[in-house]
Amino acid sequence: MKRYGILVLLLLWPALALAAPSADEIVARANKAAYYAGKDGQAEVKMTIYDAHGGTRRREFSILRLNVAGEDQKFYVYFKKPSDVRKMAFLVWKHVGGDDDRWLWLPALNLKKRIAPGDKRTSFVGSDFFYEDVSGRGLEEDVHQLVKETDDQWVIKNTPRDPDSVEFSWYQVWIDKATSLPVKAEYYDKEGRLYRRVSAEKIETIQGHPTVVEAVAEDLLAGTRTVNRFSKVKYDIGLKERLFTERFLRRPPREVTR
Amino acid sequence: MNPWGLLPVLLLLAGLMPGSVSTARAGLLDDVDLHGFFDTRAGIRTTSDVTQRQTSLLESRLQLDSLYQGDALTLQLRGDFIADDVEQDRSIDLEQGRGWFDLREANLLVSPTDWMDLKVGRQILTWGTGDLLFLNDLFPKDWQAFFIGRDVEYLKAPSDAVMASFFPEWGTIDVVYTPSFDADRYIRGERLSYYNPLLGRTAGRDAVARVDERNGWFSDDELSLRFSRNIGSFETALYGYLGYWKSPVGFDPGSARNTFPRLNVWGASLRGPLAEGIANLELSWYDSRDDRGGNDPFVPNSEQRLLLGYERDLGHDLTVGVQYYLEHLVDYSAYRNSLPAGMPERDENRHLFTLRLTKLLLNQNLTLSFFAYLSPSDRDFYLRPKASYKLTDNWRLSGGANFFGGSDDHTFFGQFENNSNVYAALRYSF
Repeated sequence: MKRYGILVLLLLWPALALAAPSADEIVARANKAAYYAGKDGQAEVKMTIYDAHGGTRRREFSILRLNVAGEDQKFYVYFKKPSDVRKMAFLVWKHVGGDDDRWLWLPALNLKKRIAPGDKRTSFVGSDFFYEDVSGRGLEEDVHQLVKETDDQWVIKNTPRDPDSVEFSWYQVWIDKATSLPVKAEYYDKEGRLYRRVSAEKIETIQGHPTVVEAVAEDLLAGTRTVNRFSKVKYDIGLKERLFTERFLRRPPREVTR
Repeated sequence: MNPWGLLPVLLLLAGLMPGSVSTARAGLLDDVDLHGFFDTRAGIRTTSDVTQRQTSLLESRLQLDSLYQGDALTLQLRGDFIADDVEQDRSIDLEQGRGWFDLREANLLVSPTDWMDLKVGRQILTWGTGDLLFLNDLFPKDWQAFFIGRDVEYLKAPSDAVMASFFPEWGTIDVVYTPSFDADRYIRGERLSYYNPLLGRTAGRDAVARVDERNGWFSDDELSLRFSRNIGSFETALYGYLGYWKSPVGFDPGSARNTFPRLNVWGASLRGPLAEGIANLELSWYDSRDDRGGNDPFVPNSEQRLLLGYERDLGHDLTVGVQYYLEHLVDYSAYRNSLPAGMPERDENRHLFTLRLTKLLLNQNLTLSFFAYLSPSDRDFYLRPKASYKLTDNWRLSGGANFFGGSDDHTFFGQFENNSNVYAALRYSF
């Protein structure tokens, strides 16, 4: 339950089109497009987790995001389904370059539980997405290398600076030139096998921001996959920072309960 | 009335809810936002207790939860319909949580101004930083529910109160006024055995505690205060409480009844990141107003309490948490001098450690958890292992145990030794 976390945002990815950039510039631009569109944003998320035997699990939640000072952000995630987690809320104050502050609101106990900073490369709410897929991975954590350029895509190879801190040996990301959005990422394990893929299946332009509205994460070895569908995406709704506090955990705002 | 007489009705209701989601009635249910669960559970004692049934738990409950969120106000209504085979008294007592119905929440929330929230009515209240340890949280607890294997949410009993919260720029002020004292749902012998100092032994249904209740409106009232403020990633808070000991720890020799002596509590807490984990510190001063000198043998002395905690995620969905808790009795020599002959003597310092381990498996559908209370000074313990598996998004199967033990019969956990139990539960949420 504790990882009922940030989820987030493979959405909200706007775009800038530039020319002849370096690998680091491309990755920085993709990060901005993928995680920082607008001053703030909101979305409804429907997540379907398919196990290897044909079984499915569903989660539904609302997300609010606010860009604050520097690259830091605040997230409010409000769970609607399944029913045993209904009305739980997850609050994240994301600190780039440091540990995030995270709280879980348990409505039946009226309890604001502080969550210890965790391994960001473990499952988010039991899905094939990792916490890091949805909150963003620190750009400084990998060495970026432009391995291929086509008419409409850049292909970047990413190698971790600290290989012991992650489960992959390297991963490759395809970035769309028109939108700057990462559209596919493939992860290779320490034995060199391709074992994991995250991809943007549908992109729509919302309020001028190219936005991933359907994303898929697959565990190729376990045979499981998770589909995230984003709806009611809105940007620049004028969210106040005070919304991301205990007051509004106790009293979920209309932005998430509607 | 046969408690299981209700069961078919509950099952029928529970059966209707999920089915109706896919039918035309779904629209109606969406409008009233009706949710809840049906939960059935059973448990048995692992040792025998001649004063109690071997069955420690056998009950089904249907919880209905309805929320109305309007422009000006929010209404919350949540209650449990219960068929309980172990409880002897079937009449409804909303204070003690007995009978076939328990009202968990019935409150109205308004924001008269931008910087104020007001919540009026029956509500669940929690604050403080401890993990299953409470220093400055003097809101009612249901220890019986906790010890017999109900879901942990039932540890918090409801308060009938007004909570006003103010949000100036420099922090948050919470004021909770409870016009008529809400005691803990404490252990009184009718279901769980406890140490009875008058008898000098553990007692159960043969000697149910006789208690002078405090229930005068506006005379037996409680006031809880908190000022809290975030400083960077750290959460700081100051607390105050004006009320009564939450369990009947006093004794009136005239009526031979247990009482709730007056109590004020003052405290502070700090919580924040430390060495890749979360650390917390909480302090409190229990001012036992009816025995400030510590000379009254029938009223507990004042205490100083301290809590240190640390929790860390070890990766691979494994979390570990440890806490150290100290209860220091003030005026210890006065306590010893006034202690009646033959009464077991407590230590000046009660040390308590807790350990929590939580592991998620099978795509986080299986949760294994273990919580232990260990007191080296009381030489007693309380262990809470639990496994919980989500069969589907709606069905959850769980099982666990509550093991108590100790060298002496009179210590906090040692007295419950014969209440050790194992239980299993099945829940359908909708």
